[in-house]
Amino acid sequence: MADQLAIGSRRGLKPALPLLLPAYLWLTVAIFLPLSAMVFFSFMTDLPLAGKEWSFTLGNYAAFFSQSLYSTLLFASLRLGLEVTLWCVVIGYPAAYVLAKVLKGRSREAIFLLVILPFWSNGLVRIFSWAMVLREGGILDTALNAVLPFKINIDLMYSYPAVIIGLVHSYVPYMVLTCYLTLQAIDNSLIEAGRSLGASRLQVLWRVIIPLSMPGLIAGAALIFVPVVGSFMEPRILGGRTGTFYGTVIEDQFVAVFNWPLGAALSFILLAVVLIILALAAPVLRRAG
Amino acid sequence: MRMPRLTAFLTATAVFVSAFTLAAQAAEEVHVLNWKGYGADEPWAVANFEKATGFKVVNDFFNSEQEMLTKIRTNPGLYDVVMINAAFNDQAMAGKLIQPIDVSKLSNYADIAKDKAGSPMLNHDGKVYGVPWVWGLTALAINDKSFDKPPTSIAEMWGPAHKGRVIIRDDAVEAVQFGAIASGQNINDIKDMDAVKAKLTSLMPQIKTFWSSENDWNQMVASNQIDIGTYWSGSADRAKTHFKLPVSLVIPQEGAVAWLDAFSIPVGSKNVAGAEAFINYMIDPKFYVEWVTKVGAPVSANTKAVDALPEDAFNRKVMGSPDVAKRIQFQAPVTDEQREKYLALWQELKVNVK
Repeated sequence: MADQLAIGSRRGLKPALPLLLPAYLWLTVAIFLPLSAMVFFSFMTDLPLAGKEWSFTLGNYAAFFSQSLYSTLLFASLRLGLEVTLWCVVIGYPAAYVLAKVLKGRSREAIFLLVILPFWSNGLVRIFSWAMVLREGGILDTALNAVLPFKINIDLMYSYPAVIIGLVHSYVPYMVLTCYLTLQAIDNSLIEAGRSLGASRLQVLWRVIIPLSMPGLIAGAALIFVPVVGSFMEPRILGGRTGTFYGTVIEDQFVAVFNWPLGAALSFILLAVVLIILALAAPVLRRAG
Repeated sequence: MRMPRLTAFLTATAVFVSAFTLAAQAAEEVHVLNWKGYGADEPWAVANFEKATGFKVVNDFFNSEQEMLTKIRTNPGLYDVVMINAAFNDQAMAGKLIQPIDVSKLSNYADIAKDKAGSPMLNHDGKVYGVPWVWGLTALAINDKSFDKPPTSIAEMWGPAHKGRVIIRDDAVEAVQFGAIASGQNINDIKDMDAVKAKLTSLMPQIKTFWSSENDWNQMVASNQIDIGTYWSGSADRAKTHFKLPVSLVIPQEGAVAWLDAFSIPVGSKNVAGAEAFINYMIDPKFYVEWVTKVGAPVSANTKAVDALPEDAFNRKVMGSPDVAKRIQFQAPVTDEQREKYLALWQELKVNVK
């Protein structure tokens, strides 16, 4: 019986192989190999280019612990990730709810299009357009001063809020999309049942809708938190002198000082920290879900 | 049956792609690596050179000296001409990235100022590894709208009137050397790092943002967001002449950092003859005068080229004056050890503003 099952599954695997092959070939070539090379680099003293001497070392990882600089920046980046995720929930979840439960037909399609429209433009273009809006004498400043009777000075450019605004704008569609999918799947009769049994709107939201849409919230949060912690382009352009984060320091190691080993080591420390955070959060989130 | 066909398909794709890449890299192309908007990529210059020699110029750019070194390290054989700051020539030569140049093939080489051509930074074991092109200063530039008369001292950067309206380049070496000048030290032999650190620490709250390309600087002035900042002399000239921006160069009384830019030929260049022709064209007086007039440029290392400028030209009158020569300090090579020390200090300063 067991043998028969094994043969059956093997028979199932063989025709599936050509279907799986492209994806796994791609993963091996495009992700696994470069990533292993980076792991290798992170333990080297120097890159083996142009006949340079090199040996194995743990020094690149030790550098992270010997200087408070890196841990300070890592905490700043984790905080940035949390804040951006939080704002994405605050802004994205209600939008997803309206899309899934309130709007129907054409209007839903139109609003949906507006949500995913930013995805169709290049990330750098989005960030530079924010630069035009946020700076002193920029679009926001000029527009508000034209409308308001008193003079206000808005110069958000090159500040921490500017980085948050730019990142939230870039990542909020992820939250809307993941939440929309789970919210749409909630059976309306569950909400109606709750209401007819005497629950207030708030109670229905808290006891029925949020728990049922939790998987979407978690997926969205993970999709946003992880890239934001390592982000470097947005902080560099929008953050000005306050735009130094863990991601920008890693970028400097690769681009500015050609210290790939240290850059690789810093990246893997970030990966480890993010994995630990997700692992610690998993049981809590699973219970909530 | 299925598998061999897939393999055949993949092989065909690989062959096709590599044939395509080879065809694109014809021998008659000269691949040039330089800063963007820095002479070598001027459309009129490229057109003149292509018409005169028949070579085709392909420009590529970098945003920092380290990026330039990374590009020639990781793409051996791709570039034929690379523009290297003389202070980095040593490092490029030691890394076996550039080859000796046969200067007898360059008809304009004899006109290069002797002190520049003979610079120990560009000559190793009697061989020439870099042909001096232009030199200039990392000094201050001001937004004319913010000043009635130009300041004379570097201390202006720390003035309360300019709080949040100062810009400096995001570059550890440049920042530290700037701090050395502000604290009255020799940029190539900094004795008191604490003084440099103190100077830069008190400068941080003044700063609006950091710049990394000319475009950044010019946009900040165009939108009137800055008053004063560190800038390169050639770039300030270009901002004024070419982009018609209200920018003036200031050489502070405390001094300024001088640099020498030179052309080198990377090891493995596929078109050395084309590279030599291009370098010779770049140091030609005719190209230089046109560059200064149309666009704005630093000072040519070719004495005949500078003499071809009008007498009252900034690059001839001010940059060539003995008074300026006394104040400026030429940048010497920076060791890896120093560079790492400077970077650590710079990163610490940037983190502490949080």
